[in-house]
Amino acid sequence: MKRIYAKEEYCLGCKLCEVYCVTSHSASKDIIKAHKLESITPRLIIESSDNLSFALQCRHCDEADCTRACITGAMQKDEETGVVNYDEERCVGCWTCIMACSFGVIRREQAGKKVIAKCDLCIEEEAPACVTNCPNDALVLAERAEEEGVQ
Amino acid sequence: MSLNYRCPEFLVERVESNCIECQACERQCANEVHFYDQDFEKMRAKDENCVNCHRCVVICPTNAIGIRKHPSEYKENHNWTAGMINNIQKQAESGGVLLSGMGNPTKKKIYWDHLLLNASQVTNPSIDPLREPMELKTFLGRKPSKLEFDEEEQIKDLPPQLELSAPIMFGAMSFGSISINACKSLARAASEVGIIYNTGEGGLHEDLRQYGENTMVQVASGRFGVNQDYLEAGAGIEIKIGQGAKPGIGGHLPGEKVGPEVSKTRMIPEGTDALSPAPHHDIYSIEDLRQLIYALKEATDYQKPVSVKISAVHNSAAIASGIATAGADIITIDGYRGGTGAAPTMIRDNVGIPIELALAAVDDRLREEGLRNQVSLVVSGSVRNSADVVKAIALGADAVYIASAALISLGCHMCQSCYTGKCNWGIATQEPELVKRLNPEVGFERAKNLIEGWAHEIKEMLGGMGINALESLRGNRLMLRGIDLTDRELEILGVKLAGE
Amino acid sequence: MSYLIIGNSAAGIGAVEGIREVDTEGEITLISDEPYHSYSRPLISYYLAGKVEEEGMKYRPDDFYEQHQVKTKLGKKVVSVNEAEQQVTLESGEQLEYQQLLLATGGTPFIPPIKEADKKNIYTFIKLDEAKEIASKVEELQLERAVILGAGLIGLKAAEALRQLGVEVTVIELANQVLSAILDEEAAALVQQHLEEQGIEFIFEDTIEEFLGIAEVEGVKLKSGKELRSQLAIIAVGVRPNVELATGTEIEIEQGIVVNQKQQTNIEGIYAAGDVCQGPNPLQNENTVVPIWPNAYNQGLIAGKNMAGESAEYQQNFPRNSIGFFGLSMITAGLIKPEDDSYELLISKCEESKCYQKIVLKDNQIVGFIRLNDVDRAGILTGLLKEGADISKVKSELLSDSFGYISFDEEWRQAKISE
Repeated sequence: MKRIYAKEEYCLGCKLCEVYCVTSHSASKDIIKAHKLESITPRLIIESSDNLSFALQCRHCDEADCTRACITGAMQKDEETGVVNYDEERCVGCWTCIMACSFGVIRREQAGKKVIAKCDLCIEEEAPACVTNCPNDALVLAERAEEEGVQ
Repeated sequence: MSLNYRCPEFLVERVESNCIECQACERQCANEVHFYDQDFEKMRAKDENCVNCHRCVVICPTNAIGIRKHPSEYKENHNWTAGMINNIQKQAESGGVLLSGMGNPTKKKIYWDHLLLNASQVTNPSIDPLREPMELKTFLGRKPSKLEFDEEEQIKDLPPQLELSAPIMFGAMSFGSISINACKSLARAASEVGIIYNTGEGGLHEDLRQYGENTMVQVASGRFGVNQDYLEAGAGIEIKIGQGAKPGIGGHLPGEKVGPEVSKTRMIPEGTDALSPAPHHDIYSIEDLRQLIYALKEATDYQKPVSVKISAVHNSAAIASGIATAGADIITIDGYRGGTGAAPTMIRDNVGIPIELALAAVDDRLREEGLRNQVSLVVSGSVRNSADVVKAIALGADAVYIASAALISLGCHMCQSCYTGKCNWGIATQEPELVKRLNPEVGFERAKNLIEGWAHEIKEMLGGMGINALESLRGNRLMLRGIDLTDRELEILGVKLAGE
Repeated sequence: MSYLIIGNSAAGIGAVEGIREVDTEGEITLISDEPYHSYSRPLISYYLAGKVEEEGMKYRPDDFYEQHQVKTKLGKKVVSVNEAEQQVTLESGEQLEYQQLLLATGGTPFIPPIKEADKKNIYTFIKLDEAKEIASKVEELQLERAVILGAGLIGLKAAEALRQLGVEVTVIELANQVLSAILDEEAAALVQQHLEEQGIEFIFEDTIEEFLGIAEVEGVKLKSGKELRSQLAIIAVGVRPNVELATGTEIEIEQGIVVNQKQQTNIEGIYAAGDVCQGPNPLQNENTVVPIWPNAYNQGLIAGKNMAGESAEYQQNFPRNSIGFFGLSMITAGLIKPEDDSYELLISKCEESKCYQKIVLKDNQIVGFIRLNDVDRAGILTGLLKEGADISKVKSELLSDSFGYISFDEEWRQAKISE
């Protein structure tokens, strides 16, 4: 399946991926409203130090520890799309998936609801918002890392 | 000094209703203009640090930022302009030479804008380049005075030529003055469209060797990075005598830009200043130049055309004639609006002459002396669009170099602060965190698009003139007319006034 | 192939999914003594507190059994296993044959000897039925006071739920701290403080000696002699593997049913998974019972795959828990109270914000950790623990806020991401 890969050597650390992720997952889908009126937790993690940065999203693992650890059955891997996603209605915010995910890419939703926030590959859009809006093409959606020349 | 006497040049305006405090502007400004104020919970700006490079303007996802000229004005004075006063304040602070980046910005006549192109009507029908073939192919190098063919009908003894798909090359910019990612972008673009880029006096980085067929390697007064391998790696060799932005003076890449890669490529110790002397210390005459030209030809088995690049100065025509007789295959003339990574402001703004006039004069002189076929003529020094290219060809050039335009395609917004080394676009910098802002995958595509776009436009203009091969336009000054020019200017340019 | 699964919780469901990954044809029969569609046991405290409805407790969608072609016998109890004949007998006398059997019978609450324990309104807190009864009692009795014996995960989740319903709760614990299985004393003190701030009372190093009252509980008498008034009691001192079905057979039992990494018992064709089994623990080099939900599912999954003929091994039979009380979250894993000084401890603490981090290292490998009130990205530590990764290069950053993939070298990072 296609996953998002970061080309670290071209990541600016501008965090626009986060901005557009929030917008894409907002109710209004309006960048300004999403940030000023809503409280959305980004579905990705940006790690940065002085001269290195990259965005990290759910790897949508084939053998996903989070789905196997989930106590409610809310977290599932979609067999067709390969996307690991969760049912907001059934998530109780026990954070067992946070315990299980060795990438550390599942976050606690800050919007007050006691649920998690994680990358859904913007599966309903043409491409993930972070990839589309990366100003330096440092995020790619690719079948495999090697194809896009990521070392 | 306790008080900075200078007024800020720019004012950062923020539309607060749009600002989402994402801080992208802060992260992207190497000049530390933007900052988030915890107490006000707002983004603020230190206007005095702003160089107006537009990085923040472009990166801001909500278009919340605008940069304006600072509204504070000096009392109106055509003599003591704000620029003049600011320069004096700067020097009063520093005691140093005023430095500038990019080309001469002063308000002097731009001759391209006083030249107009012809178009066919009725008697000589125009050609539609979308329907009919249109040839832009350009060969640079010495052309024989007569052609002889062998048994297989191939031209015998043709001197080495550079083949270009369009009459445009990327001008000399060294790795050091620009980033490796900028070099990679231009080299790959050149290779994909079939033109040439020029290494400048920066040596040839390993990663660029693959583009050898599209590389002009430069030999300048510092001889940085020059060895046998280097000379053989490119398609042609250029001896740089002068640069339009700073005729008569050498170059200086400060030690802080000489990191491990630049050091390796230039073959100089890490952290040392790379000083290119003003003259070549082995060239004091045309005869000396001839020696170097032939030394390089000898070293490369007469397989590479050798170009000699000079600044456009008062006696360019005589010098060009000397260069032609010295055995150069290509003469490159760089006009006084040509760009630079850093030049003393006074030199940049006051030394040299416009390329349009130098070109016309050189072409005339070479023709008069029967030397024109022995050399190709390349001009540079602010070719800003495809119409400038067409006008240059009509005035007598074989091809042009573009450098500022190429950098603009990569993101340069002409803030003219290259010499600070803090280029927010990842172009004129060696800071790794800035260099990575220019993804060559993106950069090459943009530079390539620019050349392709210009090539289309050149074809349109040629077609309009009823010409289907660029060769037919070379030196065809009848296709030009002047406006707002004096008789003397028209005479030097060799063009008639519009209406004549 | 015919498969028989006894148990309808995480391990049983895991087995169904494991079998179906490999074998889409074989006949699967699943038996459970509970009459319900598979539900999430950890949610019963959420149910009691009114945070989820019964419908929301379903662990899998309504059509799960149909989708996976599973024949269910729910509300039916298996009374014996005949491993020689490869058949089981139900309470009804019905006999079922199998080729592959999974024992996923879970655990039974341990009830310590307490006098007068036959009174009404004394519960354990493992099954949905109990949660339902307690919920109705809370209403029926207008419950004001309850005691809970045991300050473990189950006891405290019950305490939280009751407290959220407005009940005065006292927790009695034999040890000197809360959550002694998953927290060290320092972290436990912070959790205790937090729970006390929410109005829960604790009595440590004591236990219930006798229930007071006539037919219904009216109070408890503690070993210390202290007496407490209480209309309801929950006993939550631990769960023992429910090995009843294996008892008297050739199946090897220690504390639980002994299995290897494939979840196989010593008898061919018989597997065990979940709280009932005792499997190889990679951290302790011995077989232990690790009764946690993710383990149960994973063990079931592995068992299922092996039952269907694919070879799979389970490497993660170590404790790990994510739990929270009144908004205070914690994730802990592995060994958190090392027995000797051959372990290295990294600790950071901020008492004011009730944050506490502890990482237990042995030979530069993470063997355990506690993350209290700062659980973000804790899974990275779980991953390193699971892998037995050498963390010497990142040791200095393990406790830092910025610890993450960036702390590792590019090669390691890219290998992980590209996996």
